[in-house]
Amino acid sequence: MLLEVRDLHVEFHTRDGVAKAVNGVNYSVAEGETLAVLGESGSGKSVTAQAIMGILDMPPGKIRGGEIFFRDRDLLKLKPEERRRIRGQEMAMIFQDALSSLNPVLSVGQQLGEMFVVHRGMSRGDAKVKAIELMDRVRIPAARQRVGDFPHQFSGGMRQRIMIAMAMALEPSLIIADEPTTALDVTVQAQVMDLLAELQRELNMGLILITHDLGVVADVADRIAVMYAGRIVETSPVHEIYKAPAHPYTKGLLRSIPRLDQKGQELYAVKGLPPNLLHIPPGCAFHPRCPMAQAVCRTDVPPLYTVDEERRSACHFWKETLDER
Amino acid sequence: MNAEDTGREGVAGGSTLLSEAREAGRERPYAEGDPILEVRGLVKHYPLTRGILFKKQIGAVKAVDGVDFDLAAGETLGIVGESGCGKSTVAKMLVHLEPPTGGVIRYRGEDVTKLSGRALRAVRRNIQMVFQDPYTSLNPRMTVGDIIGEPYEIHPEVAPKGSRRQKVQDLLDVVGLNPEYINRYPHQFSGGQRQRIGIARGLALNPEIIVADEPVSALDVSVQAQVVNLLDRLQAEFDLSFLFIAHDLSIVRHISDRVGVMYLGRIVEIGTDEEIYDHPTHPYTQALLSAVPVPDPTAREHRERIILHGDVPSPANIPSGCRFRTRCWKAQERCRLEVPLLAVPAVFRDSETPARHDSACHFAEEKQVVPHEGLRETPAEDEGPSSPSSSPFSSSSPSDEGPPPSPSPGRDDRSAEGPGLG
Repeated sequence: MLLEVRDLHVEFHTRDGVAKAVNGVNYSVAEGETLAVLGESGSGKSVTAQAIMGILDMPPGKIRGGEIFFRDRDLLKLKPEERRRIRGQEMAMIFQDALSSLNPVLSVGQQLGEMFVVHRGMSRGDAKVKAIELMDRVRIPAARQRVGDFPHQFSGGMRQRIMIAMAMALEPSLIIADEPTTALDVTVQAQVMDLLAELQRELNMGLILITHDLGVVADVADRIAVMYAGRIVETSPVHEIYKAPAHPYTKGLLRSIPRLDQKGQELYAVKGLPPNLLHIPPGCAFHPRCPMAQAVCRTDVPPLYTVDEERRSACHFWKETLDER
Repeated sequence: MNAEDTGREGVAGGSTLLSEAREAGRERPYAEGDPILEVRGLVKHYPLTRGILFKKQIGAVKAVDGVDFDLAAGETLGIVGESGCGKSTVAKMLVHLEPPTGGVIRYRGEDVTKLSGRALRAVRRNIQMVFQDPYTSLNPRMTVGDIIGEPYEIHPEVAPKGSRRQKVQDLLDVVGLNPEYINRYPHQFSGGQRQRIGIARGLALNPEIIVADEPVSALDVSVQAQVVNLLDRLQAEFDLSFLFIAHDLSIVRHISDRVGVMYLGRIVEIGTDEEIYDHPTHPYTQALLSAVPVPDPTAREHRERIILHGDVPSPANIPSGCRFRTRCWKAQERCRLEVPLLAVPAVFRDSETPARHDSACHFAEEKQVVPHEGLRETPAEDEGPSSPSSSPFSSSSPSDEGPPPSPSPGRDDRSAEGPGLG
């Protein structure tokens, strides 16, 4: 296994109290595999990613427990210098908003080349050549002329390509992409996702794709982990989960999205609101919104039940959920 | 105490009250199907200038460059397009937030672009807007009651001073919020609830037309469906005409009777939802539809994707002829020279197929791009629009502070009536 997150707990200390953003997350990614982490805002999907990358703001964030194994080393036990060496070289991250993630006062060539100067000790001249190569590779037209341009001179799709180039620069074995196409238009989104998938295949990288878009997930993922209120509620290979979800939350989400190929009647709506992380409901965090909730759901936190060899569901009634169609 | 319980009763009560007020307020000579709004040759150019002291116009950003459409009474027209295609500018011109550079907007046969003063105010009352971002479109220093009631300050004839509070409470009820929240501030609500407040404000003056600019795109997936259902229900209940602007093609199909596709300031194809989604003839529509990720992993294999190259050209420098030709795989010499008009293409003029609809392309041809194997079954039949009690929209939790209340038996019943889960 390339990366394995075990029982991770992260909380944030705020003026109003302790917000429990991540409450015991377990997932793993193999080489060459795409894991989609699906969840709504506040589900803890990005915080988990930040903890893996080691870019969590601490304070106010605090890792309360758990382990993150990357190539059999527990990242949480490493010294800051060791983690810095891993970051960029062995794992890299692509952010949603390329414009605010790139430095506006440095040319894109300088920012791309910096990777080689810092990690590989190259001269600036050599690094610039490398930067042009990278821009070519992510299919930015006229890379040689544009290497001196600044981020604002590129379109949204091009900026996201530059972010991808930067993440790929040192050929890491793990990429975490946090909503990489959410800010892009559909036609550009398709270009960027294609590029990402192609580079992943080429370099046989593990990819953690964080998103809320069930369509994107269906397009590219091998496996899915669905998060709710800081927990994984269901993990499954991608085909099975769309066919027969084993958790009422996943089921509700799948039912609530309108379809492109049919007009449909009224949409199914998951009732209620996502939970407030300062006051996560006791028992199963989804129970106030769950149509299947029983007394036991209000008191007992459901463990991740084994549905079959490859599937897990954190629902006391996963069997009923699976059977009832 | 919770919003859902009051919501259901209130919906019925509030709605009769509002529709009565509206019938008293004006006669409606327009039957369903007649165009209530006609837009012809609508243009918005923003000048580009050079020089500080002696400004000289050196060009223009052609945000909207000749848009025509009709909106029928009681109809929902969806406008889709990518960012920068001018769809939001169209919305702003319809509600008079931007003056058009040229063209005509006829409301009930009268050109409203030339109106001012009292006549304009009367028209604006009937065309209201719901904004995209529920976080910035509500004044944080005003209470919900003041926000929803503010339109009455400008149009006091709709609600005399004494009855305003009651009206606002009715409106809260109609959109599925607890009427007792009238004195709360926007920050005490979640995104979905705020959007409901924005919708209530849009309804306050009993308008005939609602222009909704990306009303659900800022919301979480599980909350989106609630708001979409609410809009659907309000339209039926208040006989509203909707102009629904969005970039999410699936949601637009769900809510719209007709759909217009915009590219670089123009409508390139327009027709019923079936015509556009199942029988698109314009290459841009085909590319757009084929690029939408479908929530069905089995579609991966047998799906043809049209990947467009490059980016949308700048609206300050629009290509000659067909504006899509720089990204089109079919482009030929003719496309460079001749602007294609939005009309039924010659090849389909004599056919009776659904491909016979307006499409601005010289080389229009039909192409199926949306995969049709649905994994999930269609929604259950037993949920007709006639049974309001079965609509799951009204299930917003009363407060985003504190844990949501445990479900009451009444609510469980309601969700069980929904398609499938119970």
